[in-house]
This record gives sequence, C-alpha cells and structure tokens, in this order.
Amino acid sequence: MSLEKNQKPQTAEEKKKSEMLLFLSSSEEKEHFLSKANRKILKDPLDDNNPITVQVLGICSALAITVQLKPAIVMSLAVVFVMAFSNVIISLLRNSIPSRIRIIVQLVVVASMVILVDQILKAYAFDVSKQLSIFIGLIITNCIIMGRLEAFALGNGVYKSFLDGIGNAAGYGLILIIVAFFRELFGSGKLLGYEILGHKGVTMAESTGLYAMGYEDNGFFLLSPMALIVVGILIWIQRARNRKLIEEN
Amino acid sequence: MDLINLFVKSIFIENMIFAYFLGMCSYLAVSKTVKTAVGLGLAVIFVLLITVPVNYLLDNYLLQPGALSWLGSEFASVDLSFLSFIMFIAVIASMVQLVEMIVEKFAPALYGSLGIFLPLIAVNCAILGGSLFMQQKDFSGIEGAAVYGLGSGIGWFLAILAIAAIREKIAYSNVPAPLKGLGITFIITGLMAIGFMSFMGIKL
Repeated sequence: MSLEKNQKPQTAEEKKKSEMLLFLSSSEEKEHFLSKANRKILKDPLDDNNPITVQVLGICSALAITVQLKPAIVMSLAVVFVMAFSNVIISLLRNSIPSRIRIIVQLVVVASMVILVDQILKAYAFDVSKQLSIFIGLIITNCIIMGRLEAFALGNGVYKSFLDGIGNAAGYGLILIIVAFFRELFGSGKLLGYEILGHKGVTMAESTGLYAMGYEDNGFFLLSPMALIVVGILIWIQRARNRKLIEEN
Repeated sequence: MDLINLFVKSIFIENMIFAYFLGMCSYLAVSKTVKTAVGLGLAVIFVLLITVPVNYLLDNYLLQPGALSWLGSEFASVDLSFLSFIMFIAVIASMVQLVEMIVEKFAPALYGSLGIFLPLIAVNCAILGGSLFMQQKDFSGIEGAAVYGLGSGIGWFLAILAIAAIREKIAYSNVPAPLKGLGITFIITGLMAIGFMSFMGIKL
C-alpha cells in the first residue's frame, strides 16, 4: 500500500486493479481448500482448543439457553452464521481498519450481522426468538466472536478466517448441544419436545415408560446452577482424557 | 419504596452472574486475585450506572414504536426498534471510551487501578445485557433505569469479589488435577448460584 502512494499519477481504474491483485495474492497462497493446515483450523476448536472449555470464551449465552435442546441448536446456528461472516468481513477490511478504533468497527460489523439474524428469526421462528429473548442480542458481546476477530481475522486471509469462524462456532455449538441434551433429558424427560422416557400422567397408572416404574424428573436440571455444574463436569471429563490441557492452578 | 425494592431485587434475586450468567467471560478470566477483581467490579458498576439510563433515554425518545412523536405527528408511526442493538452497543463503546478519557484526566490514581479494565468492559455481556433487560422491563422513569443499572452492577461486583476470594484460598487445596482452574471454578459458581437461589423466595 505504501508503495502505491509514491506513484502519484494513477487513474482510479489502475488503482482498483492493483488493489485487487494485492488482495488476491495475500489471501490465498495457493493452498488446497482443505489442506492439512486448513483442516487443523477447522478441527482444533472442537476439542484441543475448544472456545468454551479451553479458551473460556462465550460462556454467558452458553449457559443461559441450554434448558432445552431446540433453542440451543438455533443459537448455535445463529452463532455459526454471525461468526463466519463477521470473520470474513473483518478479514477483508483488516488492512484498512485503524487499530485505535478497531473495537468499534468490529462491534458495528457484528451488530449488523446480529440484527440480520434477529429479524430472520422473528420472521420465521417467532416462538424460538421469544424463548431466546435477549440472548440473540447478546451474541454481539459474545466474547467468542470478538476474541476470534481480534486473534484471528485481523491477521489472516479471508478463506482461513471463514474456516476459523465455522470451526470455533461449531466447537461452541457442540458444548451447547451436549449441555442442553443432558439438561432437557434429565430435567423434563424430553428431547426436542418428544417424550423420550415415556409419558408422565397424573397418576402412576396413566404413565408409560420409565414413569410407570416410578421415575421422577429431576427438576433441578432446569435451574441455572445446574448448567454451571454440567459444564464443570464436561471440563473435568475432557481434561481427564486430554491431559495436556490440565492447568497449573 | 419501589426503587428500593428494585435495587434489592437487581442485586440479589436477579443477580447478573448467578441468575443470568451475564459477564461470565471476564468473571472467569479476571477473578484470580481479589485486587484485580475489585478493580473490574468497580468499573462495571460505573459503566452500568451510566449506560443504562442513557440507553433508556435513547430507547424512549428515538427507538420505540412512536417514540419519535416529539418531532411532529408525521413521525408518530416510525418504528426504529430494529436498530436498538447497534445503537446500544455504539453508546456503550463510546461511553466506555469517554469514561476512560475522563477518568484519565481527572482521577489518574483511579485510572491507574481501573485503566486496563475499562476497554474490556465494552465487550462485557453484563453491560449490554443490562440495557437489553432495561428495554424489556419498560421502566416508567429514568430513575428506575438508573437504580436498575446501579443494582445490577453491585450484584456483579459482589459475585466477582466472592469468587476471587474463594479462588485465592482454593489454590492451597488438593483439587483433582483435571478439575484444577476452570473446572472447579465452574462448579463453585454453580454452588454459589444455588445459594443465591434462596433469595428467590423473597417476595418484593
């Protein structure tokens, strides 16, 4: 860019062309679309570098909306969308954002994406959108998005940033779905609204499945503290399997 | 009286951390020592106290359906509420910047202790969450919004103070290796949240 400034006479068309060339050459250094490095970017956040259990990003929404499986899935999809596209946009803009106002620029980009998601949900899935209430809006300040924009999209090419966005959002969604699975199964005996463990009638004679044998739902799983404890246990299991993640203190 | 009720309710019953998990990221990341936790907690109280009332005014005079009627009757049907996310976050980011500059100029000692935490706050979910809850709760006046902001800030402050104190002590205990650090913090927070649930029985 600085070289271009020295050559004074330059038509708009030429300038556009050279910027195009610069963009093309810097974004992809002739790599396969799914080369080893790219696969690593995509796969790492699922386990070794999971945004929730290892990087500690994006916990707020992860806990609050996991009472049932359906909102958790919708939320993960929303985050995949917002994250992938805001990563792409920031990565396209990365050479022209002054570093002092980059946080505001990032927030504005993310906020516009979130507004899109919010309006789409309101139009096509109103009941889920009501259930998620303010948590769709809170995707804006979901640290996972800001964190990845700062750490990855500001310094990497477009395609890599796209993969990073998808990978991290998937890692986030994975934890969300696991937590929601257990909370809905144990808390209300259902999955996605279907009665997995049988039907619970008013009396034992009317019940079917496990409920006929005297099983009771554990209402505690529906309360917020249980989300924290389930994530705590998930971290325990993950680190017991993957010993290099264990912290000093 | 209503304001006192709202104040107590926003600190204990609707605690930002234990009831809604807002601001968990910085809560987990900055709670290793009590001193830094206090700094961040104070900054959060400060910013919530300012941004919630400002966003209340913005919501009531600019964004709500019909809020623009003070401009003239032809604007009464304008609904700008879809812009609220972007307006709120812009207000928060610029307020944080402004507060940072003011504190740096007039209270350098405070800036020394708060300074590094202030930029972090723009992306703290508790701040945006405060404004979004304010929008849902539909307060009748700006004093309600201010009290709500102050109360939820103090609630957040108490939570991070408590977990930081516990984490300082737990460094000396014999936690199973895979649970060390993050895992045990999650479980302790869960137990604390159970404790805070006992406030739910209070009818205000």
